[in-house]
Amino acid sequence: MTAVADLPRRAPSRSWRKFRRNPAALVGGVVVAFFVAIAVLAPLLPIPDPAATDWGAIRKAPSMAHWLGTDEIGRDILSRMIWGAQASLLAGVVSVGIAVAVGVPFGLVAGYFGGWTDGVISRATEALLAMPFLILAIALAAFLGPSLTNAMIAIGLSAVPIFIRLTRGQVLSVKTEDYVEGARAIGLGHLAIMGRYILPNVIPPILVQATLTVATAIIAEASLSFLGLGQQPPAPSWGSMLNTAKNFLSQAPWMAVWPGTAIFLVVIGFNMLGDGLRDALDPREH
Amino acid sequence: MRQRPLWAALLATAAFAGHVSAADLRIGLQEDPDALDPAQARTFVGRIVFESLCDKLVNIDNAGNFVPELATEWAWSADGMTLTMKLRTDAKFHDGEPINAAAVVANIERGKTLEESRRKSELASVASVAATGEHEVVFTLTKPDATLVAQLSDRAGMLVSPKAAAELGAGLGKNPVCSGEFKFVERIDQDRIVLEKFADHWNAANVHIDRVIFLPIPDTTVRLANLRSGDLHMLERLAPSDVAGVKADAALKFESAVSQGYQGITVNVNNGARSETPFGKDARVRQALSLAIDREVVNQVVFEGVYAPGNQPFPPTSVWYDQSNPVQPRDVAKAKALLAEAGVTGRLAIEMQAANNPVQLQLMQVIQAMAAEAGIDISIKATEFATMLNEQTAGNYDSTQVGWSGRTDPDGNIHAFVTCKGGLNDSKFCNDKVEALLNEARTSTDQAVRKAKYDEAGKILAEELPIIYLYHQTWLWAMKAGVSGFVPYPDGMIRLAGVKVE
Amino acid sequence: MLRYILRRVLIAVPTLILVSVFVFTLQKLLPGDPVLAMAGEDRDPATIAFLREKYRLNDPILVQYFVWLGDVLRGDLGMSLRTGLPVTELIAQKLPVTIQLAIMSMFWALLIGIPMGIVSAVRKGTWADWLANIVALSGLSVPNFWLGIMLILLVSVNLGWLPASGYESPFVDLKRSFQTMLMPSLVLGTGLAAALMRHTRSAMLGVLQSDYIRTARAKGLAERRVILRHAFRNALLPVVTLTALLFGELLAGAVLTEQIFTIPGFGKLVVDAVFNRDYAVVQGVVLVTAVGFILMNLLADVLYVLLNPRMRDAL
Repeated sequence: MTAVADLPRRAPSRSWRKFRRNPAALVGGVVVAFFVAIAVLAPLLPIPDPAATDWGAIRKAPSMAHWLGTDEIGRDILSRMIWGAQASLLAGVVSVGIAVAVGVPFGLVAGYFGGWTDGVISRATEALLAMPFLILAIALAAFLGPSLTNAMIAIGLSAVPIFIRLTRGQVLSVKTEDYVEGARAIGLGHLAIMGRYILPNVIPPILVQATLTVATAIIAEASLSFLGLGQQPPAPSWGSMLNTAKNFLSQAPWMAVWPGTAIFLVVIGFNMLGDGLRDALDPREH
Repeated sequence: MRQRPLWAALLATAAFAGHVSAADLRIGLQEDPDALDPAQARTFVGRIVFESLCDKLVNIDNAGNFVPELATEWAWSADGMTLTMKLRTDAKFHDGEPINAAAVVANIERGKTLEESRRKSELASVASVAATGEHEVVFTLTKPDATLVAQLSDRAGMLVSPKAAAELGAGLGKNPVCSGEFKFVERIDQDRIVLEKFADHWNAANVHIDRVIFLPIPDTTVRLANLRSGDLHMLERLAPSDVAGVKADAALKFESAVSQGYQGITVNVNNGARSETPFGKDARVRQALSLAIDREVVNQVVFEGVYAPGNQPFPPTSVWYDQSNPVQPRDVAKAKALLAEAGVTGRLAIEMQAANNPVQLQLMQVIQAMAAEAGIDISIKATEFATMLNEQTAGNYDSTQVGWSGRTDPDGNIHAFVTCKGGLNDSKFCNDKVEALLNEARTSTDQAVRKAKYDEAGKILAEELPIIYLYHQTWLWAMKAGVSGFVPYPDGMIRLAGVKVE
Repeated sequence: MLRYILRRVLIAVPTLILVSVFVFTLQKLLPGDPVLAMAGEDRDPATIAFLREKYRLNDPILVQYFVWLGDVLRGDLGMSLRTGLPVTELIAQKLPVTIQLAIMSMFWALLIGIPMGIVSAVRKGTWADWLANIVALSGLSVPNFWLGIMLILLVSVNLGWLPASGYESPFVDLKRSFQTMLMPSLVLGTGLAAALMRHTRSAMLGVLQSDYIRTARAKGLAERRVILRHAFRNALLPVVTLTALLFGELLAGAVLTEQIFTIPGFGKLVVDAVFNRDYAVVQGVVLVTAVGFILMNLLADVLYVLLNPRMRDAL
């Protein structure tokens, strides 16, 4: 029993040391932190109203007055980029939150109980996985109606099977461990065993997968917004900015350059962070 | 010799991209047409293809007057109940079948009776049609209908080979057999439609192109890039923001024509519970919104000034436009006063549906910003077209930014939208005076009489504003400098007789 | 061996049934009356009633499902509401286009991903490893559709080197077919190359640390030979199975790429169908994609067994 109690406490500190020594992971963390900061601080930054139009400054190239230029109805692009960060990050985090909240319990139950329950959940998961992620998200978003919230729900639901499968696999490998058998032997209930002994061991890989899925979800949100199924005007999001920008590629290329670059940077940040977490939490030494 | 690296070979071949044979004309379309059967078709781009593929009884000239095509002349009886048409004697279908009175009868009957037909309402006034000679037909009507000739100048008047129609039935669209200057070769869905010159056409001497290839390319930037690179000879619906660039390019030519249609805001004034708002119930509130919008600025900002600002169902270039009722300038103070008069205190919130595409949403955001200055807060609800229509017919909307592609006869731009039982009247506007005027305008074949009635109805509509008209699209074409003989038409069609390509 | 494959096929059956249920319900959930959109600008009431009847939209949903399923089992996927063409015909027309795109993308992915993975594993910790990792991360992180737009802007609009859009069958005009597919396949290939590179690298690292490589080196074999003959052949196993899996994903990845480059393939077909509420087409395409995906999974499993001598003996 002592080994069980020690396990979760000791692991993080060792992992943290490994994480700290990984420069890529730190860079990823800094990039993500930067975008989170500007998204959170958007209302406080000295930038123009992202919805303020100026008929006299339509599609102006970057200048001192507008560092990143203006868009098709004369709005400041820098300001829209900063406010757009909110939409993208929110979409990434909330949709993954939905996927984890729905996927992990199903995966736990499937892995823990096995048999029929597992059979049904696993077949359903495979069926969902067989349908292309983006097509599923597009169809769901179209069904729910175009809005940022609905895009998040659509992306979240489409990502659920990833977490069911991962959790189930993890549970299967943990459930035969001695300490779980021990817990069962002393007569603990299913819920208690799952919550106290299985879940903690499932969390590290879920955390890694969640970080990497945030990256995918941000791209998915941008894709949906690009198709007009995400953030609604006049509120900005990087994907919807790209949707508009593609009509002005030759006249105003900056309209397409900035949002794309921002998506790229934030996604690479999450990917580096996720890779770093994976290396740090991996019990095997490379 | 060392082999060249792969990438070098790729770039070398790439440099020769865009080679096409000289007698071809490649036209970029904004969308992929639907079924290529005149009886079933419903899209604008489909009509562009039909213009080359299928001859019709009547055509229009670029001023909107009716001119002969398969019918050489036509005449109304004094009571307006019968229309007699004489046909040309030298026309043939693509399968070699003759075009005669029997073929016209078969086609009109097909349009009226084929289950899949979308021409039924256009031909509703036709009681019967009879062959009164080898090349003469008589249409007998149920009631006088001044719009019939206009219908026969569009898909309802296009003839398909009765033999092919009998064989293929509703499947005719897969392999259409018409009688136009070009005949059908092949179609690859969402990729291309290929037509070739029909040597036996009565006007073949005036056709200088061997093959026409229509390529649906929805993205305007990509469409233009294809024109520049030589993969296209011509494209329709150039983006307004590209007009300046095309005009400045010596390798390209630009043509335009103001359309027959309109774009506006349809307001729910009487369609269920959602009309019970100040906006739906009080005309002054709608006038306020109309006054808050600077149509000239909208045109400059969103459409680079190439479209036509408007305030009526007909464009200012049309003979049916009422010159005594011009577009009013923006007047925010008056808009605010009207709102106060209507008892609106505080800010007024309105929801507005709009088609989910970047251009329409750009327009909406400009209108939103303008209305906000007058105290009206518009929330934009971007919706797919199918859903938008659904909500509109169900009365589940405040207002919709929507348009109409336009018809040659003025009746087609107004009657169905604002008469009490009109099939497209989603605002459920109903006014006895307007009703009477528009019904009378339908039955007369005297243009002056009709014009007076449309003007009078227009004055009431301008007060009531069930539809707030905003602007009229301009059809924009860009083509290679080597393309000559193209004439722009207000119906947005591409007529290829007389067109040459270097 | 045969029994193993049979078992895998049998497990796929309930999955397929569930896929059909999902596909069908998903479609029925879509808002907006397709018939209103199909009836045309004039919205003639008689036409609307006729279309509703013709496409069985008035029947109870369960009846609609079983009628549809019965048709599907007989190989009939219904008619497109938009064009009136049979869905099977549309799919037969589009599938080769997307498969060509997938094969070309996979070509780039293998060409770039595998050498990069090998070099980065062999030269672990050097600048080459770093560079390869950064390139791979970038490939994973760049939004495909944005990369596509930027390439069109640069290569087609500004330089005029390649057509911005369109498609030509390789059997009609090989050169042009290649030109039109070059940019889309590169765009689609970058993400795959990145995934392949990372897998090759980690598989190679695993193998390079194993005893028999040490033995091979100890025997004094040339390093090049050790790496290519011994290490890479063993690392190939997970890479091959991954390649099969990625092929399935390619079908999905093609969605936006085809939209941007106006390639008349599978992805464009399904997105346009969703927006047009073309029920039958969405159902048909998603069903076929899902079946393809399941088959690819099956293939990956079978390949894994075939290529892995230990597994082969165990069966």
